[in-house]
Amino acid sequence: MTDSRPVLTMTGISKSFPGVRALHDVNFRLFPGEVHALMGENGAGKSTLIKVLTGVYDTDEGAITLDGAPVSFSGPMQATAAGVSTVYQEVNLCTNLSVAENIFIGREPRLLGAVRWGEVRRRARALLARLDLDLDVSAPLGSYSLAIQQMVAIARAIDIQARVLILDEPTSSLDAGEVAQLFRIMRQLRDEGIAILFVTHFLDQVYEIADRITVLRNGGLVGEYPTIELPQLSLVEKMIGKELDVLEGIEEHSRRDLAAVEEGTPLVAVSNLGRAGAVEPFSLTIHAGEVVGLAGLLGSGRTEVARLLFGADRADGGQVAVNGEPSGLRTPAQAIDRGIGFCSENRRAEGIVADLSVRENLILAMQAARGWLRPIPRRRQDELVEKYIKALSIRPADPEVPVRNLSGGNQQKVLLARWLITEPRLLILDEPTRGIDIGAKTEIQKLVTQLSDGGMAVLFISAELEEVLRLSHKVAVMRDRQMVAQLANDDSLDADRVMQTIASGTHREEADR
Amino acid sequence: MTTGSLTAGRTRLRLPRRQIPVLATLALLLVMYGIGVSQYQAFSNVQVIFNVFIDNGFLLVVAVGMTFVILTGGIDLSVGSVVAMTAMVSASLLQQGLPAALVLVIALLIGPTLGLLMGCAIHFFDIQPFIVTLAGMFFARGMCTFISGSSIPITDGFWTRMSQERIGDPRGNFVSISVLIAFAVVVVAAYTLAYTRLGRNVHAIGGNPQSALLMGLPVGRTRIAVYTISGLCSAIGGILLSFYTLSGAPLIGVGMELDVIAAVVIGGTVLTGGSGYVFGTVLGVLVLGVIQTLITFDGSLNSWWTKIVIGGLLFAFILLQRLIGIRYK
Repeated sequence: MTDSRPVLTMTGISKSFPGVRALHDVNFRLFPGEVHALMGENGAGKSTLIKVLTGVYDTDEGAITLDGAPVSFSGPMQATAAGVSTVYQEVNLCTNLSVAENIFIGREPRLLGAVRWGEVRRRARALLARLDLDLDVSAPLGSYSLAIQQMVAIARAIDIQARVLILDEPTSSLDAGEVAQLFRIMRQLRDEGIAILFVTHFLDQVYEIADRITVLRNGGLVGEYPTIELPQLSLVEKMIGKELDVLEGIEEHSRRDLAAVEEGTPLVAVSNLGRAGAVEPFSLTIHAGEVVGLAGLLGSGRTEVARLLFGADRADGGQVAVNGEPSGLRTPAQAIDRGIGFCSENRRAEGIVADLSVRENLILAMQAARGWLRPIPRRRQDELVEKYIKALSIRPADPEVPVRNLSGGNQQKVLLARWLITEPRLLILDEPTRGIDIGAKTEIQKLVTQLSDGGMAVLFISAELEEVLRLSHKVAVMRDRQMVAQLANDDSLDADRVMQTIASGTHREEADR
Repeated sequence: MTTGSLTAGRTRLRLPRRQIPVLATLALLLVMYGIGVSQYQAFSNVQVIFNVFIDNGFLLVVAVGMTFVILTGGIDLSVGSVVAMTAMVSASLLQQGLPAALVLVIALLIGPTLGLLMGCAIHFFDIQPFIVTLAGMFFARGMCTFISGSSIPITDGFWTRMSQERIGDPRGNFVSISVLIAFAVVVVAAYTLAYTRLGRNVHAIGGNPQSALLMGLPVGRTRIAVYTISGLCSAIGGILLSFYTLSGAPLIGVGMELDVIAAVVIGGTVLTGGSGYVFGTVLGVLVLGVIQTLITFDGSLNSWWTKIVIGGLLFAFILLQRLIGIRYK
């Protein structure tokens, strides 16, 4: 299937940012008609390599060739014109425009300068039909889910006679059915001779779709391997560069004893809390030291539950008691006051302050809790920051680097550490491991276990059932904006049963546990 | 976790929510007209509507230019001063005896040139449109008084003809040539926004400039273009105003930029950009004009009531935009 001549080569690529060496002497090549996975932990340099390739960043050193001829793109526009299209993790389309327009804007079919809207819609429908999508092409893109928006972005990319298609973590917000559909499309495009560069954190997906794998670590090249010659375990070892005992530490903690933590007054007791249009009224108790997993599909109301608990959205009805005392929790400030912390899934928009340094980001929540009139002494700041950088192994371990220069996983750690510094009694983690690599993921999982052993209550929201089952004492299941079940995580509970509950909504009888 | 087909992936019901603000403006306009007709007999005369257009033709043209700018999420505070400067330059050149055609060309070049320069400053130096166009506003206003400290009358034949020419029906209702020019501008603008790449890029930039850039759209060029267009519309507006008043006055149109912004927003264009129609802007200008007419008909009300009503309406419309949530994620 692979041609003998690569369509794209990158040789000796180096790139530095203030305080961070993002890439060092990296080589990469891509053949027509292959799916090539680019793997590495967060901060390994994957995103930087893609941005260098598409001309978002200049290279400090190194050369890129396309079809044997040296190229240097001045930006994504020029790269696209040359046949190198990118679909980003975050959908970069305009939600105010229609689906059809998002696919064709910039190259609409025209007659004497006038856009032929009928033709635009017809071609959009045809293109989406090829991807097996049946959408109303004249509806605004914003009326569709993120997953659909992602597919529309791919439709846009492949319409531009692309020879190289770069998919930068396209699956991180898709569910299994959508991923299967995406893979079908990827295979189809590969068979048409398009070279696909695929970045993901899901190892299973790599083995399902990729023909070859290139591994990066700490900005350097580890190697390029055919997928069949690289067992999954070796891949992970190459990515994190150490033997894989980290995962095992967690397994011992599985099957956690619910009865042991669930005694006395619950730390937080929620009864019939709900908000019209967001989530049906639900009841839930969380005890000190308990990890409650919240499972469910995307859009099933998981985040809405978290936002209600944190006071970020106002509830229509129901009560919340913290330590037995009725509490309002109408605003985040009240929630923080009662010892509740919330790590949003949307870390870029709702969490970190990208221009401030790691230290300043870490201190932010604690300083807010103390009030601005009582600054935290610099020495105390440095101690705290050093402690948490070490505890969460934030890289680079430099407190003065602006957070924007950190990778996604490390930004997530900074956000987590910010809440940990305030020593909350209940920490709500919304998708803390999404889009971050396996090493960081394991570290965060381990941390959750340690925190709960230390008496902190955790509400853990994740799309990955294995992760939820590994960490939780009990699992609350969301389905269609309703909390349909709360299942004790005992020997009888496994991923299949949770999935059944998600699918069927049964097990209601256990809801009062 | 399989969910099967994606065909039903819509997360929200589709309401014509993009049209709601325009429909609300239309409803408001009809209600106000209804009030006028029921209160005052003469209000039902067609000429009342025509007069609204005659009195506000220049405002309409300027508002159309502002619609382009606001659709990209920008703002242009210089328009009122550019209108005045264009009228002043025309009056002054005519006074010095230059032929009307040449004066027209010169007057129509000044506005777009200033707009182009402001657009370049906004794009290349990444400065807030608010502050750049504020500078433009002071500059153009200063130029007015530099040309002359007092009003200059226009006696040119072409100008007076344009001012006095009536195009009407046999029953005596009429409009001025300025109204026809204003309509032409509206039609060209509506076509540009709906059917040309420039127009669509304007919408895309207003929706999400970052995405527009990554989609390979010429963001910088489009930004510069909208300020140039706004400058051109202000220049045309200035000419129309000089037809209307047959003079150039250094202090005319002070605060006009705010009326214009109010008209565009009441017409349903969202201040953050990405959503709005030229037709809505026409309605917005009409709302302003009809309020003035109602107050004139009443006779006992101070003209400042216009401002009070506009203030209330503007607030109500911004609330409306917020409530129906034009902010797609």
